[in-house]
Amino acid sequence: MTLLSLEALSVTLRDRDVLRDVSCSVSRGEFVGLIGPNGAGKTTLMRAALGLVPSTGASSLTAMPLAHRACHAAWMPQSRDIAWPMDVETLVMLGRVPHLSAAARPSAADRAAVDAALDRMQMQDMRHRTVTRLSGGEQARALIARTLAQGTPLVMADEPIAGLDPAHQIATMQVFADLATEGRGVIASLHDLGLAVRHCTRLVLLGNGGIHADGAPADVLTPENLRDIFGITAWFGDTDNGPVFQPLEVIR
Amino acid sequence: MRLLVLLTALVALLFIGSLTVGPAGFGGLSALAGGDGPMPLIMREIRLPRALLGLMIGLSLGLSGAAMQGYLRNPLAEPGLIGVSSTAALGAVLAIHTGLASAWILGLPLAALAGAVAGVALILLLAGPRGGSLTLILAGIALSAMAAALTSLVLNLAPNPWAANEIIFWMMGSLADRSMTHVWLALPLMVVGWLALATTGRGLDALTLGEDAAAAMGINLGRLRLTLVLGTACVIGAGVAVAGAIGFVGLVVPHLLRPWVKARPSQLLWASALGGAAMVLAADMAVRLILPDGDLKLGVLTALVGAPLFLHLIYKTRRGLA
Repeated sequence: MTLLSLEALSVTLRDRDVLRDVSCSVSRGEFVGLIGPNGAGKTTLMRAALGLVPSTGASSLTAMPLAHRACHAAWMPQSRDIAWPMDVETLVMLGRVPHLSAAARPSAADRAAVDAALDRMQMQDMRHRTVTRLSGGEQARALIARTLAQGTPLVMADEPIAGLDPAHQIATMQVFADLATEGRGVIASLHDLGLAVRHCTRLVLLGNGGIHADGAPADVLTPENLRDIFGITAWFGDTDNGPVFQPLEVIR
Repeated sequence: MRLLVLLTALVALLFIGSLTVGPAGFGGLSALAGGDGPMPLIMREIRLPRALLGLMIGLSLGLSGAAMQGYLRNPLAEPGLIGVSSTAALGAVLAIHTGLASAWILGLPLAALAGAVAGVALILLLAGPRGGSLTLILAGIALSAMAAALTSLVLNLAPNPWAANEIIFWMMGSLADRSMTHVWLALPLMVVGWLALATTGRGLDALTLGEDAAAAMGINLGRLRLTLVLGTACVIGAGVAVAGAIGFVGLVVPHLLRPWVKARPSQLLWASALGGAAMVLAADMAVRLILPDGDLKLGVLTALVGAPLFLHLIYKTRRGLA
């Protein structure tokens, strides 16, 4: 079943075409890694899909009413804004905002969703810590938990693993892969191609204002694509420990 | 929940306390219900409106302060930031200057409300249609500066020192010698504003995570900002119209109570409203007790108490960060 479909999506920011005629769709069970160099339009694509920047073309999300959209797709922005010194539990509960009415107290279901999200991110022991006093990586994990607590079929995250230590990077990628296995859909922009190859079910490579390649990791990270879009060479091997990808040199 | 009970009890206590303080002593609460003679008259016509206005204005300042800080995601925000209190004050100052205030009891408050309406129209025009908070702050600062300059001009052109004096004293903010007319004038507007601000809780909670995340959680940021500006303008415009500018309550109270509600902006709304009411009622009792014969202005006292309190809070925050 399709969770997101984009039809000829174009975004123009300050007279600059950032994205032209992007069409793609994401189904249940997919963990899509959105890759591409800085400025390729990864963030813009996701924000346009969510209706956060003006665009032309069609996105199945912007066609939904605002309240319905919030129960269908969760969004973790790149900027890790936490305005107030609340504890982790309260922060994660903010993910339940779309499910609460104006003054409603959190129900048992809301608490269960928060618990499950904290479990997944291995943050139960930190639930009463003040989130603004945690380290940057811990804050990022709390914000991922917040996104998960929203309980949406589709999760969209902008560089969710940037700034995490290796163990938590791998664990977080595994969480996203698990979500996909459970029948949800995940789209995450990533710069770590090695982790993307190991965990994503599909990669979407952005470059030159559009989708340059879309498919299984091995089909997307070809030497030609790496040269044309990233300007690098890499070693890519299928080993006993699974696929291994290591960028090597910059091509000038 | 315990905080709600505690704050409500405190406000109730201070409200009754406010009725008891004054040069004529205490007439008993039964005097409010009826009876003849000077004491029931004082209770009903002088003390009751004063206590009611203290309650209403305190609620308004605390509520709009919490909403403004939540919306701008900044603990230094206060209700005066959108400039409406400055334009309302300008309207009142003009009424004093032109003699409208002395000719008609409602002249001053209505002129202040007109100033508030003009201020709201200007800020909505300046801040533009999209829901960003930065343009709102900039527009508010520009509007406040403009209104302050024009207020200075009116003072500058005052025909005699007494007129200038009257304006300056009025600007300090006070609840003395107000009547039930003032209560009835301010109440409808304030109720509208309270209701509007009370609906912003969910949006303010979501805004903790930034504008992008809030929008993706189903919050209509444009409508949230409009509700916030109109709600704040209603309560602050009405407050300035009947009592002048009372500073620091909207700044200090939300800051003070934030740790008690786990920093949740939606919970802070009602807590700060009650806290604001308690602070204004207490301050208004204090001005009567400290200088029973003099005329200590409420706005002066709230600033005198509020500023050091704020400094202390900043010091504590700094130590917490270190």
